[in-house]
Amino acid sequence: MKTLTEKILSRASGTDVSPGDVIEVEVDLVAFHDLTGYHVIEVMDKVGARKVSKPENLVVAFDHLVPPPDVKSAEIQQAVRSFARELKLPNFHDVGYGILHQVLVERYVMPGQVVVVADSHASTSGALGAFAQGMGASDVAAIVMTGRTWLTVPQPFKLVLDGEPRQWITGKEVSLELLRVFKADYFVGTSIEVFVNEPSKFPMDYRLTVANMGIEMNADSLIFIPDEVTRSYIESMRNVKLSKVEKPDPGAKYVDEYTLQLNNVDFLVAAPSSVDNVKSVRELSNVEVDMVFIGSCTNGRLSDLEIAAKIMRGKKVKTRCIVIPASWSVFKKALELGYIQTLVEAGCVVTYGTCGPCIGGHFGVAGPNEVVVSTSNRNFVGRMGSPQSKVYLSGPAVAAATAIAGRIAEPGEVL
Amino acid sequence: MIIEGKVIKLGDKIDTDVIIPAKYLKSTDPQYLAQHVLESIDPEFHKKAQGAIIVAGKVFGMGSSREQAAIAIKAAGVRVVVAESFARIFYRNAINNGLPAIACPGVTKEVEDGDLISVNVETGEIKVGCRVIKGKGVSGMALEILKAGGLIDYLKKRLQ
Repeated sequence: MKTLTEKILSRASGTDVSPGDVIEVEVDLVAFHDLTGYHVIEVMDKVGARKVSKPENLVVAFDHLVPPPDVKSAEIQQAVRSFARELKLPNFHDVGYGILHQVLVERYVMPGQVVVVADSHASTSGALGAFAQGMGASDVAAIVMTGRTWLTVPQPFKLVLDGEPRQWITGKEVSLELLRVFKADYFVGTSIEVFVNEPSKFPMDYRLTVANMGIEMNADSLIFIPDEVTRSYIESMRNVKLSKVEKPDPGAKYVDEYTLQLNNVDFLVAAPSSVDNVKSVRELSNVEVDMVFIGSCTNGRLSDLEIAAKIMRGKKVKTRCIVIPASWSVFKKALELGYIQTLVEAGCVVTYGTCGPCIGGHFGVAGPNEVVVSTSNRNFVGRMGSPQSKVYLSGPAVAAATAIAGRIAEPGEVL
Repeated sequence: MIIEGKVIKLGDKIDTDVIIPAKYLKSTDPQYLAQHVLESIDPEFHKKAQGAIIVAGKVFGMGSSREQAAIAIKAAGVRVVVAESFARIFYRNAINNGLPAIACPGVTKEVEDGDLISVNVETGEIKVGCRVIKGKGVSGMALEILKAGGLIDYLKKRLQ
């Protein structure tokens, strides 16, 4: 009787694992981007070996400071680009593909894999049923060189999502509800296994947001149990047939269990400067806003842009509003479906897939005392720019309504 | 390995954006990073950190995987970080850069800013005056990496 986490880690370690065990595992997929990539390569050079144990298992995508906003960023990308060429990396995505986590789920990650990324939002890949962890540059360099790493088997926690979310309520509100209930420290050392009772009511885009926010809950991993939604997502994106996927044994033991009734989840916002400082939109309706950001590896997917376009259609934004589709594929589909045109006509600035403003990098850095509503994942002091700026985290519908209203608002207030 | 030092106390949920903001991540130079460590909490932090022990609250180092957070704290002269709990990625980054990290639930109630304490890295015992608090010592693979001086030196030996 094993949980999915135990099954994946037993297979990857070649041993019969239990929670708390310290094990060595074979890593199926390892990845880095520009801003951690140069550091990974630097560590490899210090160790004295530019060696990639399995080039086909390494994915590199430029996303943090792309296209480069300054000379130093350009130099960083030159260094990683020449590394990719020198070692003939087959899965290198230069400027033009999008955010690494989105590229990974669109093109590479399979259920049951162990995935390690030199970026904390590695947790996103858990939406496809993978055990996915972020690690630092040194750990990732070791994996690139040896194909292996060590880790502690986390304690398994069962989360059940029941029913159907109300209109405009998405994976982001579900994540914020979990942070409201459990706070940011409850899941330390835990693997959250998510069971969706009615798979079609909680589509892949929502799951990707929840898995992405798993790191904000400080979970060791957050894994959605693969179901028909997982299968159809992978098969439609990649033209592959998925064979049998691993699931937990019926009767597997979890340290605890929580059922979230999706139809009870409300419009929520994480107020400054902590992801678990969660409030209802109604409590914040007097907050005037300078800039709205719709994008990032958390909420830059097609359904996010669809929601924003539906709310903004025929209206004009009162705030500055920056929209960044998470990948080339998302951008292209949003163009074909007319979402980009609607957003541009509403006055949004739409740009190519980059992390940009989420990390205070470029394309919308927040100034002193500016108030930002962002669909990204962190509202920490200084995260999006000035330490005196204030960041509120929301889902796409609240972000779009806020851009139209000029203050924090629910979609019903502007429709 | 027993480390003595004066405590700098920090709160809960100190995240890596606060430890070292993204604008400094285009460098891995320890001295440059140390100049900016925790500057949004205290611009003078790096001047007070030499030989100090950080005692912090819950999930210290949460958020971004940036290894520069651990590098900056170590380069500023902090000898060990003790916290109620650690974010998983930061804990690994600290060990990988030769910065010992001890999880010790309850420590923030027992230790005050400016206290002189000693920390046994392997047993996790923390002495404050005549009191002893038991934390989680560094063990197993993490201890091997720490003893080698960090992951780079550990890998050098292993790959030879």
